[in-house]
Amino acid sequence: MKKQCIINTRIIDPGNNIDQIGGLLINEEGKIEAIGAKVTKDNVSDAIIYDCKDKITIPGIVDMRVFVGEPGFEYKENFRTLSQAAVSGGVTAVATMPNTNPVIDNVSTLDFVKRRSRDKSTIKIFPLATLTKNADGKEITEFGLLKLRGAWGFTDGLSCVQSNKVMDRIFNYGKNKEILIIQFTQDNELSENGVINDSLLATKLGLKSIPAIAEQIIIERDLLLLEQYHTKYHIALISSKESIDIIKKAKEKGLKFTVGASINNLSLNDNDIGDFKTFLKLSPPLRSEQDRLALIQAVKEGIIDVIVSDHKPEDEESKRLTFQQAATGASGIETLLPLALELFHNGSCELNLLIKNLTSNPAKILGIRNGTLSIGSEADIAVFDLNKPWVLKKENILSKSKNTAIENRKLQGKVSKTFINGKLVFSE
Amino acid sequence: MAINLKTAVKFTHKHLLGIQYLSIPEVNLILDESLAFVELNRQENKKLKLLNGKTQINLFFENSTRTLSSFELAGKRLGADVMNMNVAHSSIKKGETLIDTAMTLNAMHPDILVIRHQDSGAANLLSQKVNCSVINAGDGTREHPTQALLDAMTIKMKKGKIEGLRVAICGDIMHSRVARSNIYLLNMLGAEVRVIGPSTLMPKYIESFGVKAFTDMEKGLEGSDIIMMLRMQTERMDGSYVPSTREYYEFFALDYKKIKNAKADALIMHPGPMNRGIEIDTSLADDINRSIIIQQVEMGVAVRMAVLKILMENTK
Repeated sequence: MKKQCIINTRIIDPGNNIDQIGGLLINEEGKIEAIGAKVTKDNVSDAIIYDCKDKITIPGIVDMRVFVGEPGFEYKENFRTLSQAAVSGGVTAVATMPNTNPVIDNVSTLDFVKRRSRDKSTIKIFPLATLTKNADGKEITEFGLLKLRGAWGFTDGLSCVQSNKVMDRIFNYGKNKEILIIQFTQDNELSENGVINDSLLATKLGLKSIPAIAEQIIIERDLLLLEQYHTKYHIALISSKESIDIIKKAKEKGLKFTVGASINNLSLNDNDIGDFKTFLKLSPPLRSEQDRLALIQAVKEGIIDVIVSDHKPEDEESKRLTFQQAATGASGIETLLPLALELFHNGSCELNLLIKNLTSNPAKILGIRNGTLSIGSEADIAVFDLNKPWVLKKENILSKSKNTAIENRKLQGKVSKTFINGKLVFSE
Repeated sequence: MAINLKTAVKFTHKHLLGIQYLSIPEVNLILDESLAFVELNRQENKKLKLLNGKTQINLFFENSTRTLSSFELAGKRLGADVMNMNVAHSSIKKGETLIDTAMTLNAMHPDILVIRHQDSGAANLLSQKVNCSVINAGDGTREHPTQALLDAMTIKMKKGKIEGLRVAICGDIMHSRVARSNIYLLNMLGAEVRVIGPSTLMPKYIESFGVKAFTDMEKGLEGSDIIMMLRMQTERMDGSYVPSTREYYEFFALDYKKIKNAKADALIMHPGPMNRGIEIDTSLADDINRSIIIQQVEMGVAVRMAVLKILMENTK
């Protein structure tokens, strides 16, 4: 590999507190060799030069909540299609959810995923395994063995461990094995058959709701358990203002844990559902505008550590049903950064903070070496044009499934180059 | 103030998906048209040729006796060819999606599809996929527009007006599409609507619909001109919302004691099917001085004829 050099760019690397104009040199091994103002065209010889004037260079995005269809749902998304979608959005590493078929609850399925991703994936795959066998919340999985074989964290993904006893065991045994516990926080009974936020709209549309308390009750329980065990705990996604209040109090008490939010809940509210737009049927559901604003505030205050795409590809047939029957989730890995930039452009959030929530924070939580532009680290890099206007058209979506929640949305900011291990994997 | 707007009003919809999409003049147009059909239905020769050559398919994913037969009769009396597809127990319900079913039926070139479905929004979804007019005969817990129209018609026939009347809708408000459609319609026509029921069966944001909510039935009934009783929709419930039917009867069933709180000439309505001894005292249901439940059924056919006629005129 020839040396490559990105010059004249604004480098934002929150993990290293860098925000400056300069260049970045990638060596023959695809590692970052030099970074900063001194890296210019003149002092680099024999390198491929990318003049990225007016563009911003950041560490490749680390997306902590991504569903890939392998094994079992290859018709929705495979590692190849996921990769092409991801790199077009500047995402270079993802934590994949274990809700496959069969679910990733044992070493052999985990091995399969690792092999498949090694062969087919351009982006870096960090598989998660389930907390309980078959993700049914009853018996814990082999945390120790799974961790040894490369599970980076544990979550039941789409479902939440309901039993207090089982959750207590998870914390207890999980602490012993030093695993990262990721919980999708939703009480099954309070959200039974629910498909939408508990609001006037739910009554108008005649749809059963998922009240915010279904989320809070699990967060409260888990934090009580965490207080006993003090182990690595991450709340996958929060959606409501009330959850933030609980989290704030717990953090004030000194409890250590991390929190994620979906870009969907930060960018959309339940009114966007209108007359039964099933492409906006999400889990957790889109909530009120007040909730959305509270989530943004929580990002600002550092209560939310991570912003995820919650990329959940679904074939269109499973969305073209009544709202009650339609599949949940939206494809969104390629629009994670543009939607996050929207929060910058509309004055909601600082750019560096958003980038931090997309790169170094998730990497730190997962315990992976990515998410920064440190010298000597693998050159996983995204370069984007902060201001480029564009419109998301369904036909341009690279993911195998086109179930975007933001079709025809006007976006500002687009990725122009993505590098993984120093290799240019996307360029526009 | 029965202004005849028949000639002036244009009905702008291809479908009847819900009361919420209608304007006051459009509602009045339907009610005025219905009046003519009430007369017709009482005559010996009830058959017209207005919809000759038209095909009406009644696609019912939920069991229904009165709504299905009412729509069937309405179509037949207007001269349409009517086909009933009761798919509540058929194979269609299992494998095939609603859209597939719709596309299959669409290929048969119907002019009207009347649909009842257990999911809210099903009629809206169907209307986006077929070429013909769609009538919502009840979708989940959302709307049942022809029921509200026939209720309004019944009230108008019996009380001479709707404006200014106090209407109490009682029972399982949460799971009731009839309640929602009636709230929209009665509010539109100037009635004062109250809803009464146990708090577990009361939608949290119901007062935003412009109604007053009561959990004490005797209070709620005070000064009512019309009492609409609703059925407990046990098929839509997950788990128990009230401790027992005995307790429910004690506090929320309409009986001779509770009705004393309403006006002396208050009338009783029920969209059917009735659970005698659960939400209503059986002799009260049959009290010819009080109950206008049978008249509702009669108005049902007339109102549905009016809706069919107006929609078909509109697609010419």
